[in-house]
Amino acid sequence: MTTLQTVFAKAKADDRAALVGYLPAGFPTKDGAIAAAAAMVEAGCDVIEIGLPYSDPLMDGPTIQDAVHRALSNGTRIADVLRTVEGVAKTGAATLVMTYWNPIDRYGAERFARDLAGAGGVGTITPDLTPEEAGPWREASAAAGIDTVFLVAPSSTEERIKAVVECCTGFVYAASLMGVTGARESVGSAAQGLVERTRTHTDLPVCVGLGVGNGRQAAEVAAYADGVIVGSAFIRRLLDAADEPSGLAAVRELGAELAAGVRD
Amino acid sequence: MTATQEPILTAADLAGHGVHGDDPDAQGKFGIFGGRYVPEALIPALDEVAAEYDRARNDPAFLREFDHLLRTYAGRPTTLTEVPRFAQHAGGARIVLKREDLTHTGAHKINNVLGQALLTKRLGKTRVIAETGAGQHGVATATAAALMGLECVIYMGAVDCERQALNVARMKLLGATVVPVTNGSQTLKDAINEAFRDWVTNVDRTHYLFGTIAGPHPFPEIVRDFARIIGVEARRQILELTGALPDAVCAAVGGGSNAIGIFHAFIEDSGVALHGYEAGGRGLETGEHALTLTAGSVGVLHGSRTYVLQDEEGQTIESHSISAGLDYPGVGPEHAWLKDSGRAVYHGITDAEAMEAFALLARTEGIIPAIESSHALAGALKLGRELGPEATVLVNLSGRGDKDMGTAMKYFDL
Repeated sequence: MTTLQTVFAKAKADDRAALVGYLPAGFPTKDGAIAAAAAMVEAGCDVIEIGLPYSDPLMDGPTIQDAVHRALSNGTRIADVLRTVEGVAKTGAATLVMTYWNPIDRYGAERFARDLAGAGGVGTITPDLTPEEAGPWREASAAAGIDTVFLVAPSSTEERIKAVVECCTGFVYAASLMGVTGARESVGSAAQGLVERTRTHTDLPVCVGLGVGNGRQAAEVAAYADGVIVGSAFIRRLLDAADEPSGLAAVRELGAELAAGVRD
Repeated sequence: MTATQEPILTAADLAGHGVHGDDPDAQGKFGIFGGRYVPEALIPALDEVAAEYDRARNDPAFLREFDHLLRTYAGRPTTLTEVPRFAQHAGGARIVLKREDLTHTGAHKINNVLGQALLTKRLGKTRVIAETGAGQHGVATATAAALMGLECVIYMGAVDCERQALNVARMKLLGATVVPVTNGSQTLKDAINEAFRDWVTNVDRTHYLFGTIAGPHPFPEIVRDFARIIGVEARRQILELTGALPDAVCAAVGGGSNAIGIFHAFIEDSGVALHGYEAGGRGLETGEHALTLTAGSVGVLHGSRTYVLQDEEGQTIESHSISAGLDYPGVGPEHAWLKDSGRAVYHGITDAEAMEAFALLARTEGIIPAIESSHALAGALKLGRELGPEATVLVNLSGRGDKDMGTAMKYFDL
């Protein structure tokens, strides 16, 4: 099992940013998700976030909403999410689950942490869990030996950044802009400032997500962040592909472009 | 009535923590319920709203302005109407309606909206967004936005747009942009998701004018406080009318704002039973209902810990009700707390029971209620029969039924 600590140490030694790819479990199909994530790893992703499809993804833009809707329509359940994690972790990428809080709350925090660790997962990203409500999840994760990643945003005050990074292990997720997930023409100008502000409160790696969709943007973000997170752009390639092989080819192509970007 | 010469709303009516012993704590928790489960990006905006609200409710100028609008624009105080012919079907118990249907825009939603629109101006924001189910909150928001010169965008499920077409037209006439939401179940819950997405994107100039007592702190508290006028008035009025407190207070519960609005003034009156009526839809056994408190389980939805209709893995189950305003798989955290503490009890009323009460009030009293409010009326019919002819039952008639004529025409083949 590759840990986040190993990934970021290695990237640092190579003098580059890490590449983090996101894909929901069950999209485009249950097996297709594992194949697509494997293609992302093959193309150069160091970390994979497996999304847990949820009925009310209020932080996600249309592309991820669409993918998640398809995953749920495929009958994707938590057991499938864990199987996906297991499959992806075998590729050697550090594998996380990204999920809204309610599915974990309902499944049971301790049980989810234990089962995720058992599947080879190294942690979670929980975008709607704030430091005030994170206590039970941090305890369960610590007991299971998995990392907890939380988000800071351009609107975060110094006080909030401090509170969030104190809950983080593994890395800190910096949202590049005020908005929902989705590739954009340009990465928010607030991202660099947010990374710099975050660094004054923690020694953890800081990764930037939201809005990154091509090699040029990856290079731009890699210049100041420890990791570059890409989700919707990968999903777009799969949604636009005529069939599974061409989807995987498109994912590999994008992955290679981004991997070159973080090494620029 | 001399009471109308005094301020409708006093500082005590919007008083801060601890006065009633039932305000949320600093984290926005009612017991284990409430709180904030939202993206970190929204926390500063929620903090800003909470801080400004705290200043506003302690500012006599704000209270005066709100009072003035309630009196001269919303048409408050609303009257009580006793309905003896309707009550004959309730075992002869005395039934008294609180006439929120007589407010400007035709539903209680205007109370909260005027308060929050004033708050928006204090926040220095120029744009309001809102979700709407039946369209009443959307209409009220569009109305207040027109009145105060605010840009207004309303998110409404595509299914609701169709069944409440009249309200869509009203909102457009009032200058609002109505965005039909086509993802998920295309109803209120998806409209809320979409409004949150807008808010996180445009938060610097936008206030999310939340329409019910659900959502992240401080919305459950703010919306409740602006709706409290219903119960504050009704308690004074029923004492004047009958010389005593009622035996029971009935209200429909979707998100729960009209219910908390009338319940709140009676919470400390231990002799007054509080009954909330949820939408039973086609019946509990069919799975097509909105019985969140009656049949749901504790979870997190739309930023708040509360009762939720969800499966064993925490996926939200789509609700059903003939009334768009009650068609919601969550409920305000304060109701969750009142349920668990036993202070209020919650029941289901089916579509058929609600429609029967809807028609009955129209024929016996010449009042066409909203289908939402008809759930409370149906509940009062049952409760009256249980309590007997000595009892007095106060019902929140939360809105009028003009908007429901399309549904009624189909249902009764009119």
